[in-house]
Amino acid sequence: MGKFNKSGKRGMPELNTSSLPDLIFSLLFFFMMITTMREVTLKVQFRAPQGTELEKLEKKSLVTFIYIGKPTAQFQKQMGSETRIQLNDKFEDVSAVQDYIYQERENMKEEDQPFMTVSLKVDKETKMGIVTDVKQALRQAYALNINYSATQRQ
Amino acid sequence: MARKKRETPGINSSSTADMAFILLIFFLITTSMDTDKGLARRLPPPPDPSQKQQDNVIVKERNVLQVRLNKDNQLMVGSEYMEVGQLKAKAKEFIANPNNDENLPEKHVKNIPLLGGECMVTEKHVISVTNDVGTSYQAYIDVQNELVAAYNELRDELSKAKFGQLYAELEEDQQKAIRDFYPQKISEAEPKKYGGK
Repeated sequence: MGKFNKSGKRGMPELNTSSLPDLIFSLLFFFMMITTMREVTLKVQFRAPQGTELEKLEKKSLVTFIYIGKPTAQFQKQMGSETRIQLNDKFEDVSAVQDYIYQERENMKEEDQPFMTVSLKVDKETKMGIVTDVKQALRQAYALNINYSATQRQ
Repeated sequence: MARKKRETPGINSSSTADMAFILLIFFLITTSMDTDKGLARRLPPPPDPSQKQQDNVIVKERNVLQVRLNKDNQLMVGSEYMEVGQLKAKAKEFIANPNNDENLPEKHVKNIPLLGGECMVTEKHVISVTNDVGTSYQAYIDVQNELVAAYNELRDELSKAKFGQLYAELEEDQQKAIRDFYPQKISEAEPKKYGGK
């Protein structure tokens, strides 16, 4: 009798949506954390070579990138179509590689410096001559851990 | 009489969580977590000019596997032409020297407790990769990749036999024992001109 109150108005109970913003924020933070911002704009064409025995590059903060390839279409007017080296946002010569490594190492925390890794992002059509020159420069700069960037072959 | 009491119900928002989840799943699938992958290598330290005299370390011929790449991306291993596909088998045979061949690397006794004490290890072997200035980068990576694959397969075979697991699944000290048995020795010599003009 009194248990089922049929006479009262039947409104839909409102869902508590006060936690919804939190939910959206957590999503936002999640994606903010996983996306890696590309710090440099590529000025050279880079198509990674393919391999099967690849290792993951751990700890992004220890990694310095060197891009080698032909300049992209918009830079070819100024730079020609010869293979170039890109350090940060500029085209550079092989002679600048050593200074660049020193500078990057300087910016690292001191305890991280021995673990510095240089990732060589070299276009697959590149001739080995320039790559060898860069490798020699890296040896001179004592940046001995290198990583040839490549993609997984299907 | 019923009309007076009716209020506009609030929008049912119980499904927003579901919508958020659908979004989440969508992004999870579409974002490729941009992991950089590559072949890790360690370069030799720069040559010290003061120590040039003592530098000519004599390496026996049987301990060296010469891998040469010319400007047309042709591969020469030892003294014969080869396709990239054959390189792995050749390298494996060279590294392991299963039949104690006279012309393949000599073996030394090495004490590795985890693998049962004294082991015969081809410790002194070196794979020397030489490339021309005109070699294409992809060909170079192919060769490097095959060599690493040879090492990985040998290590996997050994760890299967000893521990019943793949090399990647082993404990840290077991991995080190395997690495002691098959140390990775790929040297990169200075570039020379092979088969050029």
